[in-house]
Amino acid sequence: MVLMLFMAAMAIAMARVRDLFAVVMLSGVFSLTAAAIYVVLDAVDVAFTEAAVGAGISTVLMLATLALTTRAEKASSDRTKSLPALFVVLFTGAILVYGTFDMPHYGDKTAPIHSHVAPRYIEKSGDEVGLPNIVTSILASYRGYDTLGEVFVIFTAATGVLAILGRTRRRRRNEANEDARPATGGPAADKEGARP
Amino acid sequence: MMHQKVVLRVVSKLLIPPILLFALYVQWHGDFGPGGGFQAGVIFGSAFVLYAILFGVGVARRVAPPWLMRLCLVAGVLLYGGTGVASLLLGGNYLDYNVLAHDPLHGQHLGIILVEFGVGITVAAAMITIFNVFAGQSGDEE
Repeated sequence: MVLMLFMAAMAIAMARVRDLFAVVMLSGVFSLTAAAIYVVLDAVDVAFTEAAVGAGISTVLMLATLALTTRAEKASSDRTKSLPALFVVLFTGAILVYGTFDMPHYGDKTAPIHSHVAPRYIEKSGDEVGLPNIVTSILASYRGYDTLGEVFVIFTAATGVLAILGRTRRRRRNEANEDARPATGGPAADKEGARP
Repeated sequence: MMHQKVVLRVVSKLLIPPILLFALYVQWHGDFGPGGGFQAGVIFGSAFVLYAILFGVGVARRVAPPWLMRLCLVAGVLLYGGTGVASLLLGGNYLDYNVLAHDPLHGQHLGIILVEFGVGITVAAAMITIFNVFAGQSGDEE
């Protein structure tokens, strides 16, 4: 609960602070706090992922983005424009909070998540898969398709980044190469330069 | 870019091997404790990112050349998919690891290890690739 208040405070701070470097750092701390909450909820695998991906890599990627762009946020002069946005955010938040009233209480043993497939996994996965960590056996074996899909998502993300950003970098480097060398550069430079 | 930051360089040189080792531990110990391919891949990639931040993207690219990273990116996905195809060829369903070994439990073990390894390779390569491409945008900092 204290951690959640901490997270809320950080979210407000992120919206208020104009220095984007501080915002990136705050979002990293935000993820780390979320990871701490997952640990409190005994979801160690999720906490691990959140700490590694949310607090670690995405912070670094945001910093790399900051290095490419500017550090200060553009000040918006028109404050009236943000009023409808505030209304939409509050409205959506209210609906989401209203939705949580229908959710079962934490630790409720009659909750749907504890009464469908989870007992079967807990009882049978030792015999069927034989791994001590049930999370791993669910992820890799019972839900193999889902994990395959996730790997494809990562693969697609990297391919997309390469397709958008990788090409310009290569072209720029070729230009640098052509400046440095005579026009008859290496065969690779020629081949890539010929591409549109 | 950061040739003058001696403390950072020494500390990171000390840190990078344990990070890589911890990534491998998370990778192969995911069956028994928390962790698995995703986390291991990210940790493994973060070691390279740390290296690239401190010693420049150009030096890091010599350690992990882009073509190798792209190869790993594809190899991980193919390893995952190939495990599924292998179980198909051995007479099971797609990604049904029971048929991979004589004993279903061993098959499950083998399948999960292969699949997690595929995930780890792809995630690590994706992280390194994305960071290098991002950081390489600002020109050669060397």
